[in-house]
Amino acid sequence: MAVTRHSDAVAPVRSSGPVSTWFTRHASTSLGALGRLAKHPFSSAMIVLVIAVTLALPAAINIVVKNAQAISGGWDNALDFSLFLKQGIPASEAEGLARLIEQRADVASVRFVSATTALAEFRELSGFGAALDQLPDNPLPHTLVVRPGAGNTSASMLLLQEELANLPEAEYVQVDTEWVQRFHAILDIVRQAIAIGGALLGIAIVVIIGNTIRLDIENRRDEIEVTKLIGASNAFVRRPFLWTGFWYGLFGGLFALALVFYGLYLLEGPVARLAGLYQSNIAIASMGAAEAAGIVGIGVALGLLGAWFTAARHMRRIEPR
Amino acid sequence: MIQLENVTKRFPGGQEALSNLSLSVDKGEMIFVTGHSGAGKSTLLRLIALIERPTSGQVIVDGQNTRRVRRRKIPKYRRQIGMVFQDHKLLYDRPVYDNVALPLIIAGVGHRDAGRRVRAALDQVGLLHKERRSPETLSAGEQQRVGIARAIVTRPKLLIADEPTGNLDPDLSLEVMRIFRRFNEVGVTLLVASHDIALIDKLGCRRIELEDGRLQDPAQEEDDEWL
Repeated sequence: MAVTRHSDAVAPVRSSGPVSTWFTRHASTSLGALGRLAKHPFSSAMIVLVIAVTLALPAAINIVVKNAQAISGGWDNALDFSLFLKQGIPASEAEGLARLIEQRADVASVRFVSATTALAEFRELSGFGAALDQLPDNPLPHTLVVRPGAGNTSASMLLLQEELANLPEAEYVQVDTEWVQRFHAILDIVRQAIAIGGALLGIAIVVIIGNTIRLDIENRRDEIEVTKLIGASNAFVRRPFLWTGFWYGLFGGLFALALVFYGLYLLEGPVARLAGLYQSNIAIASMGAAEAAGIVGIGVALGLLGAWFTAARHMRRIEPR
Repeated sequence: MIQLENVTKRFPGGQEALSNLSLSVDKGEMIFVTGHSGAGKSTLLRLIALIERPTSGQVIVDGQNTRRVRRRKIPKYRRQIGMVFQDHKLLYDRPVYDNVALPLIIAGVGHRDAGRRVRAALDQVGLLHKERRSPETLSAGEQQRVGIARAIVTRPKLLIADEPTGNLDPDLSLEVMRIFRRFNEVGVTLLVASHDIALIDKLGCRRIELEDGRLQDPAQEEDDEWL
């Protein structure tokens, strides 16, 4: 066997440009990690699926809450106050008061319902027509139906209600916002719960990826030892595992998006039907690009985090023997 | 190139692998360490490769006292030494080429440069035509030559080999030793642990013998065997 002495074989080891080397090295390491995932498609897919479901769950609940909020926000503004005036206030005065209230910034419109109109409506709707005819005079007061402006918060609504009730002409203000407020409080709790649950699920993803990579490291223990033996640093042996975590997170995030969008697609029909029944044009508020990117980003970040924790802990332990 | 000064290596169990060993290997020298298994040959190489640290004494390699090489700097330290193992320690999940290229990738050598070096190294061990093969499909002797190519691809000044011919028949062993000899001729310092005294004597190199972690009188034995 002939030994030829190549000129470049005797030259000292020379690194090419640090940036391009860094880049190509990462590119080949990331592709290598991807290739290893592809070698075990079933188990890789299972892990991606688990991550995807774990990410999709809080994302989906978040969309539900967002929609509930949008719908109930509509209710908030549609709430009318019924301002019942004291008995004996003449209709002309009531109408003047109506115009006065209408000028308030926090009021959209005021409708004057005279006692006569109210009685007529009541007679029509209640079916007590004959009985009402027996009454000597109209027991109903004049009523102003006040529709608050769109810009009101729940606090300013409360203030408006108070001020209407304090008018000297006012007998009673009727408003039924309590259940809306309760509903909002519930939504707030749900949103908090998503945050807490989301954090827990995030930890779960870190643990899942960490554990997967720990097994991966155990399986490749010999390889790590040999690589370290010929001078690889901890960072070098860690790199492919970080890429593995990255890929798990990326695919998990993308698949989570697919799950969420598929769910929205399934809901589209029923929601359109519901909207048709209410003669309204409710549409599901979907996910924006930023939110979608956020889910994928969170997936990637958690994947890297899980990989980092595990790799950092185990790499130091594996030393050549 | 290598100086050992009063080196003792005691293992946690209490047994001494090396006892107060002093030794000097010059630059460009090719030296064999012989002795029975358990005499301390492997421990000596492991101290040089910084897989172990001495219990006491100094190990100085190419002017660096290994005692002063911090844990984080060990990878960098190892990169300047070529290592050949009895069991080759190849990575069987990738082809020959990738195995040989690994030290260059670790050292951050660019793609094109690495390609030239890998081919040069494979050429030197006569395996250029097998760069795409999986190590598993190669014979033991060929696998060992891949291991050697990997050890020399970075052009280290020092090559250490632990029983490199331990699993090979005499013909293949001689071939491996001839390859070593050629590296030595271009200036590489070699420290080879082996128990194959007959083979070593064919090469006519300096030989030291360890017994129970101590140096035997080498001159006396060398003369005996030489005649």
